[in-house]
Amino acid sequence: MKDPILSVKNIEVKFKVRDRVLTAIRNISLDFEEHKVVAIVGESGSGKSVFTKTFTGMLDLNGEVTQGEIWFEGKNLCEFKTDAEWEQIRGKKIATVFQDPMTSLNPVRTIGYQISEVIIKHQGKSKAEAKKEAIELMEKVGIRDAERRYDEYPFMYSGGMRQRIVIAIALACHPKILICDEPTTALDVTIQAQIIKLIKDLAKEYDFTTIYITHDLGVVANVADNVAVMYGGQIIEYGTVEDIFYDSRHPYTWGLLSSLPQLGLKGEKLFAIRGTPPSLFNKIQGDAFAPRSNYAMKIDFLKEPPVFHVSDTHWAKTWLLDPRAPKVEKPEAIRDLHERMVELTKKGGTYGKR
Amino acid sequence: MANDKEVLLDVQDLEITFYNGKTPFRAVKGVNFQIYKGETFGLVGESGSGKTTIGRAIIRLNPNSNGQILYKGKRIDGKLTKSEKREVVRNIQMIFQDPAASLNERATIDYCVSEGLMNFHLYEDEADRQRKVDEALSSVGLLPEHKSRYPHEFSGGQRQRVGIARAMIMEPEFIIADEPISALDVSIRAQVLNLMNKFKEERGLTYLFIAHDLSVVRYFADRIGVIHNGEIVEIAPTEELFSYPLHPYTLSLLQAVPMPDPVIEKQKEVIVYSEEPRDPADGVPTLKEVRPGHFVFMTDNEMDGYQAKLAEMIKEAEKQ
Repeated sequence: MKDPILSVKNIEVKFKVRDRVLTAIRNISLDFEEHKVVAIVGESGSGKSVFTKTFTGMLDLNGEVTQGEIWFEGKNLCEFKTDAEWEQIRGKKIATVFQDPMTSLNPVRTIGYQISEVIIKHQGKSKAEAKKEAIELMEKVGIRDAERRYDEYPFMYSGGMRQRIVIAIALACHPKILICDEPTTALDVTIQAQIIKLIKDLAKEYDFTTIYITHDLGVVANVADNVAVMYGGQIIEYGTVEDIFYDSRHPYTWGLLSSLPQLGLKGEKLFAIRGTPPSLFNKIQGDAFAPRSNYAMKIDFLKEPPVFHVSDTHWAKTWLLDPRAPKVEKPEAIRDLHERMVELTKKGGTYGKR
Repeated sequence: MANDKEVLLDVQDLEITFYNGKTPFRAVKGVNFQIYKGETFGLVGESGSGKTTIGRAIIRLNPNSNGQILYKGKRIDGKLTKSEKREVVRNIQMIFQDPAASLNERATIDYCVSEGLMNFHLYEDEADRQRKVDEALSSVGLLPEHKSRYPHEFSGGQRQRVGIARAMIMEPEFIIADEPISALDVSIRAQVLNLMNKFKEERGLTYLFIAHDLSVVRYFADRIGVIHNGEIVEIAPTEELFSYPLHPYTLSLLQAVPMPDPVIEKQKEVIVYSEEPRDPADGVPTLKEVRPGHFVFMTDNEMDGYQAKLAEMIKEAEKQ
């Protein structure tokens, strides 16, 4: 692998909540390869947003990185103390697109003002130049009649159009990394498909590395080169998108995949992961997923599993990969996932037509 | 659809108009569909299509401006006597999308679940009420000791279970589930879907399942109606709709569903649906039956085109 564009080493994030300490990220290390799309998957509370917020210094005030290093362009971001330091990175080199375009835009400012503001601030351009560039950006993200719509307010835009504007703002500084935090969760499926495609096309044109946070495995299959599966504040499995979908090894990944309604056959019971995610206020002993796993062994409750490498690109943190572990088969629903999906989609219709 | 099935709910030419000051906005424009007893009817569409508005009209939360809604052959829209209204409210229950917003946060679970019972005095004495609440809670996988807790003490999935218990305790015949799993985490969704399926089997419930996610509806519904801009554009049995989607909007909606398979997903093309303007001379489009049980919204002239398209799709499918 080439030198990573962003390298995270052993980070730990803690939050203070009413005299109690919550450990949101428990010792994550991950290298992000340039130009690759990494998708981070996990349910709410697994720490996926918190993890990426550490790259831009946007943790809430009660949270801090208590351990570890984040290397980007020769600097360790964890050593940053002042906002001035962060402003050289946040928005400029690493930009974020958030989930809800209504809350990330200012409702009392025009769309045009909000885009050109960023250009003026970060690139030091004049107002007229900024306006010209903003209109270009608006056209790039697919806003028709951009010149007229420049002076409109967010409420005059639909949800999908608003998300396009948020993307335009994020791209205004030509960032090296674009973090997309559930960018399509609040949108309709047909709009979602358009926005996903837009981000893909722009990544080529603007040459940025994409980090995609989502809980939708369908979206992951569409966008990702590499996938990191998060559970209980850790990455429990990492690999290429094919590794994760066709050859996953961690019981949690199995559970996530097989509980998808897309895979469910009518009349058959859908596989459901039992129980609920662990509370991160408590110290987690062993494998965080063990209490919900059908494959848990004694050791899962005692000792945290180390990283086991399956191949050069694929690793997982589960004791099942230890040579001494009994051989287990993954759930039937996902054993021949590709064949099953082809079967489901091949009929006369176009449900995923190729 | 076979005629021997009993029609439970019959929505005829339903039109719902909202007013912005004096400007009318027709959110639902003459919708027709029937739900048979014991089936799950999925109503799928994007935000703003009017799907929730229809659900709310059925339980009398939105007044309709035209058309009628029949439940077991009796009108349940418009002016009703007080006892008729109570009957509707009792027999038709709703499960809402966001369990955090739909439960009274100041009331205990005990009260949340038994509120309906108390309104209708459906219990003999306090012990009977307690027994019913315990039963409802355990049927959704919660424990009787949860009764004294408040909604905020529960996770999203558990709260949705309370929402379901609260609907089930009324022993309804018909349930309107408005995006019941959209606000839930992926690992929890399957639990709630299985629970709803369990009730369907055990109690012979009829569901109107409102959703924007076709993959969930495919798994859950027996028949599906696709709604766009306040008009139902296609109705068909689930497998028929997924195998032979005829209306261009259905097609674009199906295509947009992300599938959990990188090989399939990465080859997919995005189709953007844009409504073609119709020639008013062609007449007013209505739902017409292309083949038994499969309806498409069209004018008379378009029938031949759809018939040909369907024949081609069937031929294509047989080849494979």
